[in-house]
Amino acid sequence: MTDTALQARIGRKWRKPPFVKNAALRWSLFIVAAIYLVLAVGSLEVNWERVSEGLIRGWRFIAAFLNPDFTTRGEDIRDGLIESGIITIASTVVGILISVPIGLGAARNIAPLPVYLVCRGIIALSRALNEIIVAILLVAIFGFGPLAGFITLSFATIGFLSKLLAEDIEDMSRVQAEAVRATGASWLQWINYGVQPQVLPRLIGLSMYRLDINFRESAVLGLVGAGGIGATLNTAFDRYEFDTAAAILLIIILTVMALEYASGIIRARVQ
Amino acid sequence: MLRLEKLTKTYRTGDKALSAVDLTVPKGQVVALIGPSGAGKSTLIRCINRLVEPTSGKVYLDQDNVTALSSAGLRRMRRQMGMIFQEYALVERLTVMENVLSGRLGYVGFWRSFARRYPQSDVDEAFRLLDRVGLLEMADKRADELSGGQRQRVGIARALIQNPKVLLVDEPTASLDPKTSRQIMRLICELCAERELAAIINIHDVALAQMFVQRVIGLQKGVVQFDGKPDELTPEVLTKIYGEEDWKETARSAEEAAE
Amino acid sequence: MPISDVSGRKVWQLRSRNEQLARWAMWLVGVAIFMWCWQRISEATTWVFVWDAPRIAADMGARAWPPRWSYMSELWVPLWDTLNIATLGTLLAIIAAVPVAFLAARNTTPSALFVRPVALFIIVSSRSINSLIWALLLVSIIGPGVLSGLLAIALRSIGFCAKLLYEAIEEIDPKQVEAVTATGASRWQVMAYGIVPQILPAFAGVTVFRWDINLRESTVLGLVGAGGIGLQLKSSLDVLAWPQVALILIIILLAVLLSEWVSARVRGAII
Repeated sequence: MTDTALQARIGRKWRKPPFVKNAALRWSLFIVAAIYLVLAVGSLEVNWERVSEGLIRGWRFIAAFLNPDFTTRGEDIRDGLIESGIITIASTVVGILISVPIGLGAARNIAPLPVYLVCRGIIALSRALNEIIVAILLVAIFGFGPLAGFITLSFATIGFLSKLLAEDIEDMSRVQAEAVRATGASWLQWINYGVQPQVLPRLIGLSMYRLDINFRESAVLGLVGAGGIGATLNTAFDRYEFDTAAAILLIIILTVMALEYASGIIRARVQ
Repeated sequence: MLRLEKLTKTYRTGDKALSAVDLTVPKGQVVALIGPSGAGKSTLIRCINRLVEPTSGKVYLDQDNVTALSSAGLRRMRRQMGMIFQEYALVERLTVMENVLSGRLGYVGFWRSFARRYPQSDVDEAFRLLDRVGLLEMADKRADELSGGQRQRVGIARALIQNPKVLLVDEPTASLDPKTSRQIMRLICELCAERELAAIINIHDVALAQMFVQRVIGLQKGVVQFDGKPDELTPEVLTKIYGEEDWKETARSAEEAAE
Repeated sequence: MPISDVSGRKVWQLRSRNEQLARWAMWLVGVAIFMWCWQRISEATTWVFVWDAPRIAADMGARAWPPRWSYMSELWVPLWDTLNIATLGTLLAIIAAVPVAFLAARNTTPSALFVRPVALFIIVSSRSINSLIWALLLVSIIGPGVLSGLLAIALRSIGFCAKLLYEAIEEIDPKQVEAVTATGASRWQVMAYGIVPQILPAFAGVTVFRWDINLRESTVLGLVGAGGIGLQLKSSLDVLAWPQVALILIIILLAVLLSEWVSARVRGAII
């Protein structure tokens, strides 16, 4: 019987079975993608004259990167950086403090349904709103300054940390938590002994990661008046002071690298 | 014919995995390589096709000196050495057919292999081999949908489609159940007999080796301690290879197998 | 776990006295830093505005509602631009990220000493700088428009995609690669047969994930003049046309939810 099955195959062409089995669907997907690409590229309005002009400026910018100017606007840079740092630290701390209870509330295996829904709602809201848009609204409400930036980043931190924390708690080992509950521990004791040891290392790692993100974000909040180094950067670009801009960007890159390195060490130590 | 001359491998950590191994495997002979973990079995096999670069010594396949080849020459040489792996080492996300055809990679150009346009003779041979190992119907299944025994059959087909002169087999049965292990060993030995292949099989299971092969080599700390027929494996020999343990059962099952 | 002798009785404590002191000192320093940050933010804030904030917010809300639905007709083109910025930007980024990832992964880099650090530096620089800042830079170099936004998204995403991809490459199963090498395959064939199939799911997942993020980010690029619906947001904000702002925010929110849904569906289908 296999003989006939084999004979049927010998001499026939072999093709890899396609990823999308249905031929009509496959082709229509191709065609839709192609049409989209043509339309999208076609609708790009590019002012080539302006672009070619810009290439010279782009070259100047790259040159500026090799020779950044830290001193001319040294004071502005310093003040902006300190403000960015302050916003970063304060918002990360407050963000963590608020996201722990919300994270607990958003874990289905330890929270009752009404609490769960409220906490998930807060998380969804925080994640759906872009930081910059929140910052714009908060600047309109609270006025210019770092307070708006601080609240924006705290709010964003809550969405990020609570969600991951809740997922972590939902994934944790049931057995360990049950064993603690079986000793007759109260709810708080149960969280302290059964849940906290399992999720704390990752929470610390994530907090470090969020510190890193908050620093990067704090660099753009200045663009909309919410404090930090972004305002200095914006001015530098507006005045075509590429050497100052390059200096600021280099500082941001180096700080992020240092933070990433530090968080790597801390994560390795707690895990 | 495969010939090793004073093959030595010292790892960068200073561990001596092989010291001056001499070995000749004539055409059509299946050799089982036994020895404790860390004896250098797997290093020996990988030094033959230079997946691990030997420190010194020579490997000859017929008249060609494998150890002297440049990288292009080495690729041509590897086509003549089929290899079968412990945990199958199939490319899990490719289909069975693609895995088998990947044995022809050394023979076709890059773009041809990239577009999966293999010569018709290769495709036919792949189907014949799949039929031989009993997996013809599975050709278009993805490799990770198969059971362990089936995967190892695909691995065998991949090695054979290279049309090799030698088979290098690394612990083919280590992750299989006893029954499947026997089937796989039987299949490998039958195919070697059909095609007059020389084969070196690394194997943990001494009794299983004794059941199927004509010659056993015992390796201990990179040195050949035993080279002879399966029924010559006495408790004394096993003690020499593996260390002190009650070997009577194993030695007796060897006698039964020899009968 | 130290056990001390207190008047002849053994007393168990979790930590020794010095450890305990060090812990307290760390907490103290931490709290002090946070309080200092808070003080600086507080100094930079006009608290009168803040106390007035609820009234201002209510006032803004009253003026923004109902949204000006008729403004929708002017939003279709910017929405199309936003989609193109996100999609084409992601495409460009992923094309550039693949070689960078292969150069950065320990097991595929041609030289761990020279090439890998360069690739890692590209990844860090690209990741440290927010897409809004990239946009600011590009607007200042090649002028305002969709092209600047598209390139900003691409530049920001290269690092992100390359980082996740090279981590995926470093985690592949080396045995499959070894097996393909053993057949006598050339270097490129080993890549096509041994490595690529293993990272394909990660590749698709990363692309869709980043596309989702990029759609969010491209909604605000217009704030610095880099095209998309953000341009309308900015002009509406500048003239305090709150009903238009409300409509745009609703549209952005819908777009974000839609993109999240699409990316979840696509990822579900691929993996």
